[in-house]
Amino acid sequence: MRPFRTLTATAAPMLRDNVDTDTIIPSREIQSVTKQGLGAGLFAGWRYLAPGGREPNPDFVLNQTRFAAAAILVAGENFGCGSSREHAVWALADQGFRAIVAPSFAPIFEDNCLNNGMLALCLPSATVAALAQALLTGSNEPRLTIDLERQALFGPAPSGTAPTGIPFRVEPEARLRLLEGLDAIDLSLRELTGLDAFRQRDREERPWVYL
Amino acid sequence: MGEQGQQGRLAGGQAEPSARSLFDKIWQTHIVAAAGGSAWIAIDRIFLHERTGAIALEGLQQRGRHVQGPERVFCTIDHIVDTRPGRTDDTLSPSGREFITRTRAAANAAGIRLFDVTDPDQGIVHVISPELGLALPGLTIVCPDSHTCTQGAVGAFAWGIGSTEAEHALATGTLRLTKPPTLRVRFEGRLGAWVGAKDLSLRLLSRRGAAGGRGKAVEFAGSAVRALDMEARLTLCNMATEFSAVTGMIAPDDTTFNYLEGRDFAPRGAHWDRALAQWRSLSSDEAAAFDEEITIAVDDLAPMITWGTSPQHAVAVTGAVPAAEESGTTREAHTRALRYMDLEQGQSLASLRIDAAFIGSCTNARISDLRSAARVLSGRKIAAGVRALCVPGSSRVKRQAEAEGLDRIFKAAGFEWRESGCSLCFYAGGEDLGLGKRVVSSTNRNFEGRQGPGTRTHIASPATVAASAIRGLITDVRSLEAA
Repeated sequence: MRPFRTLTATAAPMLRDNVDTDTIIPSREIQSVTKQGLGAGLFAGWRYLAPGGREPNPDFVLNQTRFAAAAILVAGENFGCGSSREHAVWALADQGFRAIVAPSFAPIFEDNCLNNGMLALCLPSATVAALAQALLTGSNEPRLTIDLERQALFGPAPSGTAPTGIPFRVEPEARLRLLEGLDAIDLSLRELTGLDAFRQRDREERPWVYL
Repeated sequence: MGEQGQQGRLAGGQAEPSARSLFDKIWQTHIVAAAGGSAWIAIDRIFLHERTGAIALEGLQQRGRHVQGPERVFCTIDHIVDTRPGRTDDTLSPSGREFITRTRAAANAAGIRLFDVTDPDQGIVHVISPELGLALPGLTIVCPDSHTCTQGAVGAFAWGIGSTEAEHALATGTLRLTKPPTLRVRFEGRLGAWVGAKDLSLRLLSRRGAAGGRGKAVEFAGSAVRALDMEARLTLCNMATEFSAVTGMIAPDDTTFNYLEGRDFAPRGAHWDRALAQWRSLSSDEAAAFDEEITIAVDDLAPMITWGTSPQHAVAVTGAVPAAEESGTTREAHTRALRYMDLEQGQSLASLRIDAAFIGSCTNARISDLRSAARVLSGRKIAAGVRALCVPGSSRVKRQAEAEGLDRIFKAAGFEWRESGCSLCFYAGGEDLGLGKRVVSSTNRNFEGRQGPGTRTHIASPATVAASAIRGLITDVRSLEAA
């Protein structure tokens, strides 16, 4: 997995609450048993004018020149709710996204992000709203820098001033996995001990579990 | 006590707190090893389906990893399988066949029990698992499907995961988790006629919002929950994911035990007696502490229905579209939802003409749901111009309904009678209900485009769906039944 250390990239604001994974990638866009190539279906219902079509909707944020190269999404509350489909994260990654900043994430989506090296960064809603506003209206390029090693985010600063970092905190285990690009399955296969003993004991206590 | 409990859990379970919740008890007995702030939790049952399971199995096989305990892993074909009579592996959804055939091949290669397209026990994963006695009290149950929380209704810790996490569970027999905070939701009082679990759930969502339980392990309790039958409990826990909770669960009691006894995979004989003795201790201790508690009085609860594009956009079926501030949404989200649904603030729900009615899904397609709808439909016909479908939740449910003659009631009323599967709970590029069409649906999600591009979904109970199909308008089933 590609490590996530520091990212400087265009950030696109999408401050809607409860954006669900059906919206991130509609089921109709999942047409093969694969994690690859899902980017074209990302936000398909909003991004294209007609269902199933590919003619861009000019009003959609990612279709605007200013945000077309976005690798960071600045999103609303409970982002990624609904279906557990990991295709939502694969579609975001395929489109070039590497981080999502939001006041909160739906739990399955958040785990799916971590398992794909995608940073799901929680910041207070007021901070997220201010960032989104600065990205939309600032005269500077709509770029953010996310430094996961120092746990600070730098936004567009008014001209002539130095950008001040917004501190954040990512849970230590998640941070380490992202920084090192660690695969959770490899980690568990390497580090987990005692499963056989657990199963043996459990088999005696709850034999009906073991079909 | 809470602090001590926390430390006990983090230390890998050496110290047991004196008073524990149902969730604490299941968590504690499944800790294989502690790891910093998290723990490896043993997984007792893994379910897969063709939409997200094939990719997990293939990922595993590509990396040369193996399934730990394949006898505890089960797979079904439910998500994009055709539900029209005489179905095969072909689907209306583009390349759906590929998902089915590759899932079958991967499941067979891994030695996993597959409930295939023509298997008499095929059905929606969260319907067949309790039905077959695979979901049992005290178990940890995962599936790469958000509605896995449904199965928590038997007193299990059941939750939805991603495909990579499914690979992790398959390869290691565990998941590495941080213990979620707990929330107890008590529904107190007596439910009126034609008011049930779906209405409880929509009430909670309308009060607390779609993020109200975010990241929490939710226990549903209270007198109204104790009075629910097993299938209604499954409906209530099903919607926990719409509340953004990790899981929903209900302490097992005689209702649970009576439901499970004798089911195919449930313990028998001496094992049953031993299991029962253990299961009787699986309720939250009197003094157990929860991180949050909510109590909702339900005596006056009316049948509920959604008006907008989030499950939290719910009101009484007798009500009207609320203002933004009453619905817990921003003005922008409110406006957007109204535009999508072609509604105005203050508009009465009961005046709305519908184009379609759908009874199905892991939320409300069990035999009790079909019986409830059939009671309403019996001797009646759906309104002209309404398209109506009933898709049983499992092949067993379908056979049971046919044995009771329910299929004849549905068909006589004008409903299509289908094979079991997830069907039009979501649009996968095949069958649809039409652009701009308004549907009353016994499903769980009313997201924009969920049932098809531009399709307007109103979520409600099967009885409300049936009553609305008869009138061709969103209808309070109580008014129809009193007439």
